Amino acid sequence: MSTVKLTVNGKAVAVDVEDRTLLVQLLRENLNLTGTHVGCDTSQCGACVVHMDGKAVKSCTMLAGQADGANVITIEGIAKGDELHPMQAAFRDNHGLQCGYCTPGMIMSAIDIVHRHGGELDETTVRHELEGNICRCTGYHNIVKAVLDAAGRMKVSQAAE
Amino acid sequence: MGVEGIGARVVRKEDKRFITGKGRYVDDIKLLGMTHAHFIRSPHAHAKVKKIDSSAALKMPGVVAVLTGQEIVDDKVGNLICGWAITSKDGSPMKMGAWPAMAPETVRFVGQAVAVVIADTKNLARDAAEAVVVDYEELPAVADVHAAIKAGAQQLHPEAPGNQVYDWVIGDEGATDAAFAKAANVVKLDVTNNRLAPNAMEPRAAIAEYDAAEEHFTLYTTSQNPHVARLVLSAFYNIAPEHKLRVIAPDVGGGFGSKIFIYPEEMVALWASKKVGRPVKWTGDRTEAFLTDAHGRDHVTHAEMAFDANNKITGLKVKTYANFGAYMSLFSSSVPTYLYATLLSGQYNIPAIHAEVIGVYTNTTPVDAYRGAGRPEASYLIERLMETAARQLKVDPAALRRSNFITTFPHQTPVIMAYDVGDFNASLDAAMKAIDYAGFAARKAKAKTEGKLRGIGLSCYIEACGIAPSKAVGSLGAGVGLWESAEVRVNPVGTIEILTGSHSHGQGHETTFCQLVSERLGVPISQVSIVHGDTDKVQFGMGTYGSRSAAVGLTAILKAMEKMESKAKKIAAHALEASEGDIVIENGEFKVAGTDKAIAFPMVALAAYTAHNLPDGMEPGLKESAFYDPTNFTFPAGAYICELEVDAGTGKTSFVNFVAADDFGRLINPMIVEGQVHGGLAQGIGQALLEHAIYDANGQPVTASFMDYSMPRADDLPSFNLSHTTTLCPGNPLGIKGCGEAGAIGASAAVINAITDAIGKNNLEMPATPDRVWRTIHAA
Repeated sequence: MSTVKLTVNGKAVAVDVEDRTLLVQLLRENLNLTGTHVGCDTSQCGACVVHMDGKAVKSCTMLAGQADGANVITIEGIAKGDELHPMQAAFRDNHGLQCGYCTPGMIMSAIDIVHRHGGELDETTVRHELEGNICRCTGYHNIVKAVLDAAGRMKVSQAAE
Repeated sequence: MGVEGIGARVVRKEDKRFITGKGRYVDDIKLLGMTHAHFIRSPHAHAKVKKIDSSAALKMPGVVAVLTGQEIVDDKVGNLICGWAITSKDGSPMKMGAWPAMAPETVRFVGQAVAVVIADTKNLARDAAEAVVVDYEELPAVADVHAAIKAGAQQLHPEAPGNQVYDWVIGDEGATDAAFAKAANVVKLDVTNNRLAPNAMEPRAAIAEYDAAEEHFTLYTTSQNPHVARLVLSAFYNIAPEHKLRVIAPDVGGGFGSKIFIYPEEMVALWASKKVGRPVKWTGDRTEAFLTDAHGRDHVTHAEMAFDANNKITGLKVKTYANFGAYMSLFSSSVPTYLYATLLSGQYNIPAIHAEVIGVYTNTTPVDAYRGAGRPEASYLIERLMETAARQLKVDPAALRRSNFITTFPHQTPVIMAYDVGDFNASLDAAMKAIDYAGFAARKAKAKTEGKLRGIGLSCYIEACGIAPSKAVGSLGAGVGLWESAEVRVNPVGTIEILTGSHSHGQGHETTFCQLVSERLGVPISQVSIVHGDTDKVQFGMGTYGSRSAAVGLTAILKAMEKMESKAKKIAAHALEASEGDIVIENGEFKVAGTDKAIAFPMVALAAYTAHNLPDGMEPGLKESAFYDPTNFTFPAGAYICELEVDAGTGKTSFVNFVAADDFGRLINPMIVEGQVHGGLAQGIGQALLEHAIYDANGQPVTASFMDYSMPRADDLPSFNLSHTTTLCPGNPLGIKGCGEAGAIGASAAVINAITDAIGKNNLEMPATPDRVWRTIHAA
């Protein structure tokens, strides 16, 4: 057992876990943050994507101990109170989700994509960048629309800040 | 249409919880004292289980129990059933091999469970499972239909000689032979419909809890149809009578058919929860999903189509071998028979059809309904045949289809189905216009100058859904009725709860079902909530599959709404001192037509519950329920056209355009309908280009993870170009046909027809991987 100390969604936490515990297990089982999902166990589907120190990571593929001292943001931590993150709003407005299972990972990956490309995105780039996130429901059509829509919204909100 | 009524593109009510991480799936649930199950699964495709030694595992920390197949048989938990009886052509019933929830003696596919470890945590259960020693005696395995039907092949089940489940026929053999005898041309085709893994993104999971004082079980499970699960678990698996078993299917992360069935893991969790006296949770991982979720498709077919001198189809002969895997899953028997062969007339006038379907056992994962279930296989076969015919007869593929379209309705096909309505020319016109079919030749020529092989492929599909009239399916062998039930519960303050037996696992019922209420009462959808997925809350239900939730489930809600409105009008008329016949409902008010006298809906509701001033003899309350049994299947149809380019140097396919023109009858929420089509198209295209659940000759699955099984990803697919034509379904009052499976049914043939057009060679099997396409291009 080890104590892992990290910040999750702005809150400092210290959790005693077995050394083999994965970050996703710590989030789901110890912190009850069940918005982060497990879909494949092989780092392919992206249902488990969270942000660690500002970068998208697959939380099923790293040990909780590797997040010691890190700042982790999950799907539960991106809205400001009742105000949705522009990516969340864009997924809803563009019908970018159906069963909702891949959605948290999609949204977390998509925010990272927009950040990395500085909002300069086109359909081809979005499709290529979503390679690590699998959705079985939507055929990606509306997810791509949502990401492009959100890229515009994030640019506007950034400009406003 | 109100702003939130029928036909409005209303943003989904359920989305808020999903986009904020507040969805509640089975694996998100924790119960006090909960244990965790880990299954010990066979690594062999076929073997005798000689001995299971769990002594070391039982001594490990946190281990509660190790339970085996022999124990579940000894406790008289029933074998898994197949709920649709099929009769062979010789009059004999289908041959069913016994399928216990865990194998006591013989395993017949890789992944079949032989024992389960129950422990305090998931990790401890896994650790202990490593210490359980199972002694197997390997047996030869048969991995595909060719191996299974060979003379002298290893037999799977003593009940099924020759590994044959049934040899079933439909249609008129004599009339079909006569048509072929007179044919001017005969077109022949051999096709394999590749085996697919459904891969809903949420792996299956179950939590069972036993209350010893009440002798009552609660099961949380990833189900498309919790009431069916309760029925089967009670009536056939002897878990508990229905009033002692509550089944809850909370948020479910996709189904696509694979979560219709009641699986061994749910049975074991329930049984074990009583044995160990604590709740038992099992959550599958992705490899377990590949090994144990029922697969789809897997047909091998030879077909011949006869034409007269005017290129009119005169007959169709089909012989299909359907691979059922090692055991008959819950509805497996109906898929290659009544859901497949009854659609072999496609959109065409075919005077004589004869089809023979031979179902076989193999040492592979069981196969059952997967998005489309039989109709994709039928549609793919017919549309590949039509394209092959056009090439052989040297006529335009669109023109050949048009000259054979059914144009008058109702139309009785030679294979049971009576198509009620449709306009196949309209959808083909819309698709051809959308893709600029007339301009294709010029585009192809231009692509050639750029070194690319460009092709265009059509697929004009029809399917049967809105499943299904109970009497009709009963006469064909179904063990259940396929009605739906609903309850409308108006609360004293006028908010409304709709309880439905349909189950939403991505389809958006929490929005579309509210839209019907908003349309009829003029109330905002925020005043309405949808209750589903819990057998203790919802009276009865048959669940969601076969694109039935709108056509059947929503119609049941409509029937209950009509009853509720009728009573509410009486109450309003009494309060307004008017005649019931003069009351109209507008914008949330009950009005006396042609006057300014009105009473708001919440006041009607309140009057129903205060019961201070009701018409003489009226019962208090405002709550009505209804069952709806459809009178016919519904027949969504449409035309899909795919334009693509093939790189002759690599065999890689790139989409140029994909258009879909569908006729689904009335659309409740076009935004949601489009989403359903997008997802269906992706699964159809996935089958055509990428997906294949492969077994080696020894029955070892070689594609049991996302590393090995090619799921469609965003950059494998194009954006889609959708449109709708409309003929209203006459079979239900809302005119709905259903839209959940069409994309998966129609897309595959369009893709393969386009690739074979591009490369100028007709024989190409799915999935058309770059390797396979390159080899086909360069084959001598």
